[in-house]
Amino acid sequence: MRSFTYERAIEARAAVAAVSRPGAKFISGGTNLLDLMKLDIEQPSHLVDISRLPLRDIEELPDGGLRIGAQAANSDTAADARVRVRYPVLSQALLSGASGQLRNKASIGGNLLQRTRCPYFYDTAAGCNKRDPGSGCSAIGGFNRIHAILGASDACIATHPSDMAVAMTALEAEIELLDADQSVRRVAITDFYRLPGDTPHVETVLRPGEMITGVVLPPPASGRQLYRKVRDRASYEFALVSVAAVVSADQGTIGAARVAFGGVAHKPWRSVEAEAALAGRPATMATYRAAAEAAMRDARGQGHNDFKIELAKRTLCRTLAQATRAS
Amino acid sequence: MNDSDTIAAGVTSSDLGATSPNAESGQGEMTQRSAITLSVNDQVRRLEVDPRTSLLDALREHLRLSGTKKGCDHGQCGACTVLINGRRVNSCLTLAVMHEDDEIVTIEGLGGPDGLHPMQAAFVECDGFQCGYCTPGQICSAVGMLAEARAGWPSHATADVASPRIELTDEEIRERMSGNICRCAAYPNIVAAIRGIAEGSPE
Repeated sequence: MRSFTYERAIEARAAVAAVSRPGAKFISGGTNLLDLMKLDIEQPSHLVDISRLPLRDIEELPDGGLRIGAQAANSDTAADARVRVRYPVLSQALLSGASGQLRNKASIGGNLLQRTRCPYFYDTAAGCNKRDPGSGCSAIGGFNRIHAILGASDACIATHPSDMAVAMTALEAEIELLDADQSVRRVAITDFYRLPGDTPHVETVLRPGEMITGVVLPPPASGRQLYRKVRDRASYEFALVSVAAVVSADQGTIGAARVAFGGVAHKPWRSVEAEAALAGRPATMATYRAAAEAAMRDARGQGHNDFKIELAKRTLCRTLAQATRAS
Repeated sequence: MNDSDTIAAGVTSSDLGATSPNAESGQGEMTQRSAITLSVNDQVRRLEVDPRTSLLDALREHLRLSGTKKGCDHGQCGACTVLINGRRVNSCLTLAVMHEDDEIVTIEGLGGPDGLHPMQAAFVECDGFQCGYCTPGQICSAVGMLAEARAGWPSHATADVASPRIELTDEEIRERMSGNICRCAAYPNIVAAIRGIAEGSPE
C-alpha cells in the first residue's frame, strides 16, 4: 500500500475543510477503500477519518420519514426497528449484502460510494476506463458475465454493486450532502448516480470535497415492500440481478408500484416503464410479464451476460407475484 | 495474500522489531509515524505505527498477538475477525490508528488453556475444526453473532425482518456465519458448536 498521512475529524465542517487538500479522501468504515488501496487501485495520499463524526443516528422526521446518518453502520440500520417495520425492503437489502463483520463496519455513506466489483477494474494490468481513464474497457469482449445490460456505454459496462442503494431507489430516498463551502443540499438518489457515458470514473454528482451526511427516506408509500436478490451463492455474494419493489394492490388490482433493479447497470436502475405497465392493472402474471418486458425493452447483453435479461424479467415477475400475494 | 507490500511489511517488522522507523514502508519513503494507544484484551497498549498498519498487523506484528489470523487480507475469509466494542469486524480491513479508545478483544482475550471461553470449549467438544487456521476468527465471529441474535437482529434468513423474535435455526446460524470461510469444511461441527452455546447458555 502506498504511504499516506492520516487525521481524524471530529466535526463535519472541519472534515470537508480537511479533505480539500490534493490527494485527500474520506475514510469511514474503510471496508471497500482499504481493500482497493491494498490493490493500488485507490491511491490517496491523505485520509480524513470521518467514522467518528456524530452522524450515526437514525432520526424520525416530522413528515413521518426517517433520516439515517451517513456514519450509521449497515448492521445498525438493518436492525433498526423503524426501518424493519416501515422500510423492510431496506432492511432486507442491507441484510442480503456482504457479511456480518462487514455490515458492522461499513457505513451507509460508504455503501452508497462503494466501487464496482468488475474484475477488470480490480486487475491493474487490464484496461479500465473507470480506474484509468482512456485505457479502454477490457470487459467489452472479455469475461462479462456479471456486467451491465442497461445504460452501459462503449467506455464502461460495469455495474454498481450495492443492494442497499437499490432499495433506497425504490423508496425514493434523498442523499444529504455537505459541500466544502459548508453549503448543504439534497439530491434524489436517482440523480445522485451517473451513467458511465464517456466518463465512467465520475460515478456520482458529488462535488470535490463534498461529503454525504445522511440519507432521507420519505414516509413509506402504501403497499408491500420486497427485495429479491439472485446470485451465484446463497450468501455473501454480489447480485447477478436484484429487484426492490414497493407495490400496493387492492382486490386484485395494482394501485401504484415502484420498481428498481440491481446488478444490471452502472447505477441502481429505477424502471418507470415497469411501473407504468403495472399501475391500475390486474395483479396477474400477464401484467408482471408485460412490466418485465417493458423494463428490459432497451436491455442489451454483452455475450456472457445475455442471460441476465431473461433473469431480470423473471426476478421481477417473481418479486411482484410475492409482493401482491394475498396475505 | 496477493499484496506484496503487506507481506514484506510483516517480514520486515518481525525481523527488525516492531518500532523500527519505516519498518512498513518497504520503499524508504517518508512516512508518518503515529503513536497510538489501543485497548486490547483489557490491557492498554501503546505503540507507534505507520498509518497504513491494519489492525490485524498491529495485533500480530506489533503486539505479538498471533492468535488472530491473516487469511485473505481482503475481508473475504473472516480469519482475522476480532471484537471491537463487542462487535465482530474484519481486522484486516481497518486501520489501527482508527481504533484508539475502542475496546478490542481477540481470541486470546476470550480465553486460554487455563480457562476456555464457552465457545472455545464448544468448538473443542464438537470438533469444530481441522487445521484450525480459521478457528480464532470463527469463534470471535460466533461470539459476536450470538450477541447480535440476542439483540434481536434479523438476518437474510429471517422470513419477516419486522418480527422482533429471532429463532436461531441452523439456517440462521449458517447465514449469519457466512463471512467465515473454513477451507477444511468443518461447517457441520461449527454449526453444532454454536447451536449448543446458543441453546445452552444465556451468557
